[in-house]
Amino acid sequence: MPPPDFLLRYFRKVLAGACAMICTRLTLTRWLFGLLAAYVAAAALLIAMPHARAQSLDAALAHFTEDSFDDTDQGIQAVVASGSPRASAIIQALSDGRLAYDGDKKKIYIKTDAQVLDAETGQPVTPAPDNLDTVRLNNRLRQAVAAALGGLTLMSPDRAARLSAAQAVFKSRDEKVLPVVEAALAKEADAGIKTILAQTRAAILLGSDEATEPQKVEAVAAIAARGDQDALRILNDISADAPPAVTKAAQSAIKSIQNQLALWSAVQNAWYGLSLGSVLLLAAIGLAITFGVMGVINMAHGEMVMIGAYVTFAVQEMIRAYNPGLFDYSLAIALPLAFLVSALVGILIERTVIRFLYGRPLETLLATWGISLILQQAVRSLFGPTNREVGNPSWMSGAFELGGITITYNRLWIVVFTIAVFVALLGMLRFTRLGLEVRAVTQNRAMAASMGIRTARIDALTFGLGSGIAGIAGVALSQIDNVSPNLGQGYIIDSFMVVVFGGVGNLWGTLVGALTLGIANKFLEPYAGAVLAKIAILVFIILFIQKKPRGMFALKGRAVEA
Amino acid sequence: MITAAFVRSLDRGGMIFLIVLAAFAFAVPFFNLAFPPGSPLHLPTYLVALFGKYVCYALLALSIDLVWGYCGILSLGHGAFFALGGYAMGMYLMRQIGARGVYANPVLPDFMVFLNWKELPFFWYGFQSFPYALLMIVLVPGVLAFVFGWFAFRSRVTGVYLSIITQAMTYALLLAFFRNDFGFGGNNGLTDFKDILGFNVQAQGTRAALFVLSCVALAAGFLLCRAIVSSKFGKVLVAIRDAESRTRFLGYRVENYKLFVWTFSACMAGVAGALYVPQVGIINPSEFAPANSIEAVIWVAVGGRGTLTGAVLGAFLVNYAKTFFTSGMLAPYWLFVLGALFVGTTLLLPRGIVGTLSHWRIARTERKTAAAAEDSVAWAVPRAAE
Amino acid sequence: MFSFIRTAASGPLARRLMGATAGLALSLSAISGASAQDTIKVGILHSLSGTMAISETTLKDVMLMLIDEQNKKGGLLGKKLEAVVVDPASNWPLFAEKARELISKDKVSVVFGCWTSVSRKSVLPVFKELDSILFYPVQYEGEESERNVFYTGAAPNQQAIPAVDYLMSKDGGSVKRWVLAGTDYVYPRTTNKILEAYLKAKGVKEEDIMINYTPFGHSDWQTIVSDIKKFGSAGKKTAVVSTINGDANVPFYKELANQGLKATDIPVVAFSVGEEELAGLDTKPLVGHLAAWNYFESIKNPANAAFIKSWKEFTKNPKRTTNDPMEAHYIGFNMWVKAVEKAKSVEPDKVIAALPGIETPNLTGGTSKMLANHHITKPVFVGEIRGDGQFDVVWKSKGLVSGDAWSDFLPGSKDLEADWVTLKCGNYNKVAKKCGGQAS
Repeated sequence: MPPPDFLLRYFRKVLAGACAMICTRLTLTRWLFGLLAAYVAAAALLIAMPHARAQSLDAALAHFTEDSFDDTDQGIQAVVASGSPRASAIIQALSDGRLAYDGDKKKIYIKTDAQVLDAETGQPVTPAPDNLDTVRLNNRLRQAVAAALGGLTLMSPDRAARLSAAQAVFKSRDEKVLPVVEAALAKEADAGIKTILAQTRAAILLGSDEATEPQKVEAVAAIAARGDQDALRILNDISADAPPAVTKAAQSAIKSIQNQLALWSAVQNAWYGLSLGSVLLLAAIGLAITFGVMGVINMAHGEMVMIGAYVTFAVQEMIRAYNPGLFDYSLAIALPLAFLVSALVGILIERTVIRFLYGRPLETLLATWGISLILQQAVRSLFGPTNREVGNPSWMSGAFELGGITITYNRLWIVVFTIAVFVALLGMLRFTRLGLEVRAVTQNRAMAASMGIRTARIDALTFGLGSGIAGIAGVALSQIDNVSPNLGQGYIIDSFMVVVFGGVGNLWGTLVGALTLGIANKFLEPYAGAVLAKIAILVFIILFIQKKPRGMFALKGRAVEA
Repeated sequence: MITAAFVRSLDRGGMIFLIVLAAFAFAVPFFNLAFPPGSPLHLPTYLVALFGKYVCYALLALSIDLVWGYCGILSLGHGAFFALGGYAMGMYLMRQIGARGVYANPVLPDFMVFLNWKELPFFWYGFQSFPYALLMIVLVPGVLAFVFGWFAFRSRVTGVYLSIITQAMTYALLLAFFRNDFGFGGNNGLTDFKDILGFNVQAQGTRAALFVLSCVALAAGFLLCRAIVSSKFGKVLVAIRDAESRTRFLGYRVENYKLFVWTFSACMAGVAGALYVPQVGIINPSEFAPANSIEAVIWVAVGGRGTLTGAVLGAFLVNYAKTFFTSGMLAPYWLFVLGALFVGTTLLLPRGIVGTLSHWRIARTERKTAAAAEDSVAWAVPRAAE
Repeated sequence: MFSFIRTAASGPLARRLMGATAGLALSLSAISGASAQDTIKVGILHSLSGTMAISETTLKDVMLMLIDEQNKKGGLLGKKLEAVVVDPASNWPLFAEKARELISKDKVSVVFGCWTSVSRKSVLPVFKELDSILFYPVQYEGEESERNVFYTGAAPNQQAIPAVDYLMSKDGGSVKRWVLAGTDYVYPRTTNKILEAYLKAKGVKEEDIMINYTPFGHSDWQTIVSDIKKFGSAGKKTAVVSTINGDANVPFYKELANQGLKATDIPVVAFSVGEEELAGLDTKPLVGHLAAWNYFESIKNPANAAFIKSWKEFTKNPKRTTNDPMEAHYIGFNMWVKAVEKAKSVEPDKVIAALPGIETPNLTGGTSKMLANHHITKPVFVGEIRGDGQFDVVWKSKGLVSGDAWSDFLPGSKDLEADWVTLKCGNYNKVAKKCGGQAS
């Protein structure tokens, strides 16, 4: 009769533990229990032997050829247990999806860019075997891999490697790595890593059955010092039947962390609002020129944004094809191009359609609506109707923690970028000759013309400027949204709301309008949900316009009644 | 006396319009019902439904023309009134399904059953009664328009600002009706109607009757609009359109004029929506989409605003173009055609089709008689559309 | 109140215009004349413009390819197949109009089409009235079985429930806490209702389930992703079940990746994210997030390889991906062909009668069968997102799962059964033993 599965697994664990004796400090009870169990199920041991003999790297690697997640799991444990110097390279390859196997020969290889290495020896294999399958992972194994890798690289001389290893073992909270963590803790000189390691130790102790009560109370304090959601997760995880002193300490720690986090969540909402506001501003600022300054109800504004996003896509596609090394600069390359392409399309539209419609704003609405349909369908015909991939360059990926909130780099850069665009535009209108002429023409066309300004040229350039800014907004928005022919449609209504709310013809109004709407939306969302928050904002705008029929910052004077 | 007033308000164009409409209202069901399928003279039932849809759109276009063409209020949210009227009718039709829904719940519509709603929300009460539904069809859009207009016109929100907040209104309603918690079936809306006043909505006869009814509504709407715009009241509206401040300084209560015509127009749009729903068989929040309202405005622009007949013609033409170009080999390119149509109309025919033709005719008459025709003022495109 | 004054206006002109209107009406009825019957017409009702074009255009192309291939094989019943393409433009009433046009004017024998639930609901009465056939290829909320419609996409029990089972298993991470996030429309609503009932039946507590709905095309996910993070910090293993619809997915996944929410921490299993949606994303930060479907492009199989090859040739684009609804059309089309051959006619009534029981190979190595409830049997796969935008199958059902029209986990439908072969009823009440909904 075969022994029950859990017994087998237990033996493997015990034996693997025994193999790793040099660095392992099993407690006495565990040893005793292990020995006792070994006697009780001697027969089971015999059956389990082929697996259990996994001390050698060779046998450990054999697990990876089975294409079964359970076997791969055993393989990971066995490779770690083998203590082989190759272990970290193998686990790293597994984690990167470069570990491959030959199902027929039962051999394991590591693929690199140029060649195929024998996993066991690290020697290149020539000729490279061809029918290799990658060893597959699932989420459970990925966690195991991260933990194993963390354990293996905790002593690495590279600080960055140690840091990420420390973070990985903190996440895994695997009891098996406790000895390694403690050893590393004793050696670590870097204060930051040391803190994480200490927290890891505390987290493991909290989950362990063997830690003493004072140890656990101390651990609670160490974890509570983190004060973040990970800490909350660990503290919440403490079982209810832990000693009362521990649960009490945990409860009070949870409470204080929650209070802290509540404070931070207000800061977080403000940040989210700022970030949403800057997206709105970016989308609306071009419209503030074409609609606000020129009085053209430009329904094709969203499509200018879309064109900018597609330019980004095209640039990235070229870079991927010809010079992948430039990828991090793709946005910088795309920015001027997007501005130029959108501006040219804008000037084309102005020269062929809009210049015949000045003074009839509502008719520009109809014509530009038609143009937006044409542009959408043109992009759909050229690039296909499906989403196109626009990647984040590395400096726009990921996030960092600031106190209790997570700030993502792409949002941060968009905020910065928006401010830059706004300042540049403001400066351009105020300090350049073109800006002066634009202001002159919009304030009094006849007078400007009689002063020798070529109003037609200024009209075209202004419209081109507005469209070009919409184009560079598209570059930024491609980083957070779909790049599809429908991209522009999603922003057009919001953009009009922002411009009208802020006050037509006033860039500052657009700025304040966008930020107000963004922040109000984000503070409402946690209570009302995304949909109701948006409805509430719309109703608010409708009511606000009743109070101030020309927006927050209305233009004054005779121009108003024109 | 009232009849006499209506008759007097009609010009020859209006008369001809009504005659053509009457002929249309008669011919379509006649050729559909009197000849069996297969006969060369038979008009397929799908065309009856299609024409019925066009007629409803024409009524919507008429209501937009009344406020835009004669009073200068460009609404980018008339789709909302249309959809509200449609929902009121849809709710009546839903209640008529009764126990014939897939879950056979005698009271709750299917979508409420599978979302585990236990009882009918209060705003669904009464919709099993047709007169109540009829009242709501006019009342709901009317009240919304009245409240909205009362605020907006008093605050003197005009021009682009007004257009944008009407868009905000319909957009907010779109989002609200999308929510399943709102109790109107969410994105799926109301559908799978069985019968109206005891007649099967899909029966050929019912379709023909609905079609005729839509034509009657269009004719009535036309007569009412005609009566309004040809009255002294209408002259004031045109004055408001062309120079609002001046009209106000002359002592007219501009906001009351606007409010009346705005609310009236919304009720008309509601009726159009109510007739539309049983003929197309579904009402869902996408009718609130701002794009739909903008499209309706474009029908009016194509046909010629401020002409009434032009609005009807525009609705027919654009929708026929849409039907035509969305089938067959042109299907992937029809947006080019539609877009080009809008751009072309605004550039080449700024007065719309009817407006351009009559302007051209008047100009010719003027040349002939060499007399200063006061009429031309009526046909001139508003100087500043704001 | 105010007097009506007669105004002068144009006369003859309006008459001419009205004449034009009448002429238009006549020309419309003229084009509706009967068409020649030397081909078998197949209607394709997928949006080529508007918001849904992003998903549906592909399905139009795959239908054109399948029809093309069938014609190369000699057509059907000795006749060539002819595709009739219309564009309902993501406009639901237009779907009904176009369906009517396809059936009445173009006299198509069958229609392959629709994506959203609302478009299907919109055309349903038309197919019932004019007695034609619709093949609907998208995973949907169930709670429906109509005589004229054949559902080749997954019902909730062929997608949602197996995926949740997987996450509860050891391999899936023994998930104890659930976020059900979806777009606010009927498919997520129903699926989440079913899942909620299912999870509660499995002993998950009320406070361990968080349900969140967002509007269509939602693009600012900052708040929701951080809420998910917060919810996940309660100690128990947490997973997100996403029924977020098409367009909103890209910004959602971008936010997930940027906020550093890894699959190993909080896995997201999606029911509406396939190869096509991932094509717009850099998937490297998303490795390990999951999707449940009945087909993946990455599944190794000769039939699938051939299908992918001909698809790439047909579209002349080596980068075009295949996805689950495309396979559903592949199965549906082959089933229809077999049924027509069996019935020796394209007469809808005969084909409807012939379809149940028809078996055709699917692209994943099995044989799918049309059931009496007009749903089909399908295998269920759970795949993990790979770095290259494809999926790695980590779990598959043992054998095929039969599509269930009425969910057992909804109080309104647990007694209902659909059977168009023996009971001839789409909503037969097993308790009341009668056709037509509830016992009462």
